[in-house]
Amino acid sequence: MVAAVIGVIRSRNLFVVVMLGGIYSFLMATVMVALDAVDVAMTEAAVGAGMSTVLLLAVLGLVKTREAPLRHSPFIPLLVCFLTGAALIYGTLSLPPFGRQDTPTNQHVAPYYIKNSVKETGSPNIVTAVLASYRGYDTLGETTVIFTGGIGVLILLSTSRRRRLKQSSDEDSST
Amino acid sequence: MSLILASINYWVTIILMIGGLYIVVAHGNMVKKLVGLSIFQTSVYLLFLSPGKILGGTAPIISEKFEVYSNPLPHVLILTAIVVGVATIALGMALVVRINEAYGTIEDDEVHEMEQD
Amino acid sequence: MIRDTIILRVVIKLLLPAILLFALYVQFHGDYGPGGGFQAGVAAAAAIILYGLVFGVSAARKIVPQKFLFSLIPIGVLVFSGTGIVSWFFGANYLDYSPFGSDSKSGQHLGILIVELGVFITVFSTMLAIFYSFAGRSEILSLDGDTDK
Repeated sequence: MVAAVIGVIRSRNLFVVVMLGGIYSFLMATVMVALDAVDVAMTEAAVGAGMSTVLLLAVLGLVKTREAPLRHSPFIPLLVCFLTGAALIYGTLSLPPFGRQDTPTNQHVAPYYIKNSVKETGSPNIVTAVLASYRGYDTLGETTVIFTGGIGVLILLSTSRRRRLKQSSDEDSST
Repeated sequence: MSLILASINYWVTIILMIGGLYIVVAHGNMVKKLVGLSIFQTSVYLLFLSPGKILGGTAPIISEKFEVYSNPLPHVLILTAIVVGVATIALGMALVVRINEAYGTIEDDEVHEMEQD
Repeated sequence: MIRDTIILRVVIKLLLPAILLFALYVQFHGDYGPGGGFQAGVAAAAAIILYGLVFGVSAARKIVPQKFLFSLIPIGVLVFSGTGIVSWFFGANYLDYSPFGSDSKSGQHLGILIVELGVFITVFSTMLAIFYSFAGRSEILSLDGDTDK
């Protein structure tokens, strides 16, 4: 995965960048299966590797596919990134260790969901039960965000300035 | 050694996150910026999912054969976040296409120069 | 996008029903295995997009007409939020599905199915609409060029 990211940084051909992004998404989906998140892995493989790659390729059909060389020296961004990384790694020292059941993350509401979801919703897949029932508000909000994003894309792309000008001039001449 | 094993997941997340951040900050090409943004986003998914994993646990689908399940709550949050992520990336790509039509380029330095002229 | 690659065309025609069937399986088996409205919506949209990539966007528009698609986008959100309003009529809280069935458990199950259907419709139609608008962009631009002449 790290190699794919470095490849994305180095490559100037945008087709290579998009394809490496797809490979990265598939690797991430595999890692998610290893982390027991099968629902999420399925979504990541379909959305990240499938949809995003196809959409980015559709964009590349409309724009130039070579990246211009960097104009500024990459020193300041590198410095910023290293400082941020160092601060974040310092922050991980106080985070709970990996893979334990007694960490605060796994103590709050998760045991309740695991214990009661079959009893209360009749759905053995806890992720679906929590998604649609216990946290229905969240999912309603997310659905609305997708709706809004789709509407935004349609507004941006389905009209063109010249056609609108032509229509308005037609209306002017008819009145 | 135990320290490395205990927080390796966070370190991988941070390396990926810094890679995405560097692409967004240092590169001028907008399509590449979007790819960097999605790499950054994916590293956040990893940050959410990895603390929910319980060693020896299994995927959170109830069955009589298993006792220990991983935490289902991050899975729900990230599941919706992925689909929302692709909707927002698509919105960004729509903006890139319109910028390309208006300025004829997708390098933000060149757009900036045209604005100043 | 249209090329005379007969292998691609035949394989896509064989794969298309399988992908759509898998999407429906993921949708309605989501309570028992991994899956749900989000994944099923993306999988179904991916099937149509695959068809559109090989046979051209106009062929895909014949399967799923654009006007029908645009009306589907709000219908999905309305199904979801309407479910919450229906539970008001039963005297329960917003998005509480317990009174839908004879007991609370079957009511919750039915509610989850309806809500997942709403998510499926929204995700499917939004993804497909985004693809149509990106792939149809060059057609709009070429139309502009024609009006200039």
